[in-house]
Amino acid sequence: MGESKRKVVYPGEIIYEGIDALPGLGVYRVEEKIISKHIGVVNKKGRIINVVPLNGVYMPKQDDFVIGEIIDIGVNFWLVDIHSPYDAFLGIYDITEFVDKEIDISEIYDVGDLIYAKVSRVTKTKYVNLTMKDSQAKRLYKGYVIDVSPSKVPRIIGKGGSMIKTIKDLTQTKIIVGQNGRIWIQGKNADLAAEAILFVEENALMEGLTDKVSEYIKSKT
Amino acid sequence: MSRKFIRNDGRKPEELRRPYKIKLGVVPRANGSALVQSGKTIVMAAVYGPKKVIPKHLEDQEKAILRCRYNMITFSVKDRKKPGPDKRSAEISKLIENALSNVVMLEEYPRTAIDIYLEVIQADAGTRVAALTAASLALADAGIAMKDLIPSTAAGRVNGHIVLDLNKEEEDVEDAIDLPFAYIPSTKEVVLLQMDGIADIEEIEEIIEMAKKGCDKIYEMQIKAIKEKYGSYLEE
Repeated sequence: MGESKRKVVYPGEIIYEGIDALPGLGVYRVEEKIISKHIGVVNKKGRIINVVPLNGVYMPKQDDFVIGEIIDIGVNFWLVDIHSPYDAFLGIYDITEFVDKEIDISEIYDVGDLIYAKVSRVTKTKYVNLTMKDSQAKRLYKGYVIDVSPSKVPRIIGKGGSMIKTIKDLTQTKIIVGQNGRIWIQGKNADLAAEAILFVEENALMEGLTDKVSEYIKSKT
Repeated sequence: MSRKFIRNDGRKPEELRRPYKIKLGVVPRANGSALVQSGKTIVMAAVYGPKKVIPKHLEDQEKAILRCRYNMITFSVKDRKKPGPDKRSAEISKLIENALSNVVMLEEYPRTAIDIYLEVIQADAGTRVAALTAASLALADAGIAMKDLIPSTAAGRVNGHIVLDLNKEEEDVEDAIDLPFAYIPSTKEVVLLQMDGIADIEEIEEIIEMAKKGCDKIYEMQIKAIKEKYGSYLEE
C-alpha cells in the first residue's frame, strides 16, 4: 500500500533468496529460493511473499463475494455459474428464506436468477459451496451484468473503493462488483457505467486512471 | 575450428534467424496468446482455459488435463498442405504437450482442461520449436501457474559445421542434422530432444551446447516480450 510501484515478475523469476521469508500464494519454493508461478506483481505481507497474477480465470476462494447465475436446480440445491471453471452449489440450508417441505425450490430461485453470495467453502478438488447467510448477500433483480477479467477487479474497485465510487456518483447507478469479475449495474445510465468499467479494464495499467475515467464519463454525457 | 563460414542467409553459425520476434496477446478472445516469428517461420499460439472438461469422462479429479493441437495452415508451405490432422501433427502435438506438462502446475486446477491451439501460419523449418516457445508464453499470458517458461530452438550440422536455428534450405542439405531442443532454464532439465541422421557423440554434444546457447537467447527475448506487454512496474 505504501509503495506506489510494484515489480512485475514472470514465471520462473527468483523473487527472494533466503529462508527467512515464506512462500504465499502464486509462488513456490526450491531450496532457499522463492520463485514466481505467474506473470504478476509481488505483494509482501510481513514475512510472506505473494504474487498476484495479472491475468487468468477466477479461482474460487473462501470468503469471497461473487455474483452468480442459477443454471440448474436439484431437489435440495441450486447449481450456480460463478464465471469460473467450477460451478458452485447453493444448498437449501444456506439460504435465509424459510423453505416449506411441500414447495418446489424453483419458487425461491429459478434458473436465470442472479445472486450475490459468499463462498463458504472450497474443497481441495475445487467443489464450491455458496451461502446467502450473510448480511451482504442478496438476490439481484433487474440490471445489467457484465463480465470482466477477475484480475482487474481490484483496479475497478480502486483504492478504498475510490474508482467504483467515482463511476457510481457520476452515472447515478447502483453497482455491485463480485470478486469473480462479474459486475451488476442498475440505473438509468447503466450502459454508460458499463462502458466506463470496460474502459478501466482496458486501461488497467494507465496512471491516474480515476481522473481519466471521470473525464471519460463527462465527455460521454 | 574458427574457419570463416557464412551461411546461405548471411548469419554466423551461432546466430538465430532474423527477424526473431515474439509478441504477446495477439488473440483478444483467448485467455492467453503469443506469436513467434523466427525468420520465415511464423507460429501463433492461443490458450483457452482452465475451463470445464468436455466430454466429462476425460476429467481428472486431481489435476487439469492439457490438450494441445498443432496444425499447419494449408498455405503455410510451398505446395498446398492437405488440411486436417496427420501423423506428423499428431506427433508434434503430443511432443509439445509432454514438454509443457513438465512446467505447468496442473494440480492447481483439478477437474479442468487447458486447451492450446498452435497454428503454423508460415513454415520454413523449426516449426515445432517455435510452437513450443509460443505455447509456453501463451500459457504464461493466460495466467496459468508455471514453474518456468520454456525456450526452444534447434541446432544442427550443415556441411560439417555446427549451426544454430536451421532454415529449410540448410535442413535440406545432404547429410544435414537437425536437432530440436528445449530445456527448462532454472533446472536445466531437457524437455525436448529429437534427432535423426548419423553423428558422433562429440558432435551431438557440441550441437546440444549450441542449442542451449540459443535457448538462453530466446529465454531473454521471452522475458522481454512479457515486459513489453505488462511493463516492468505497476503503479499504485
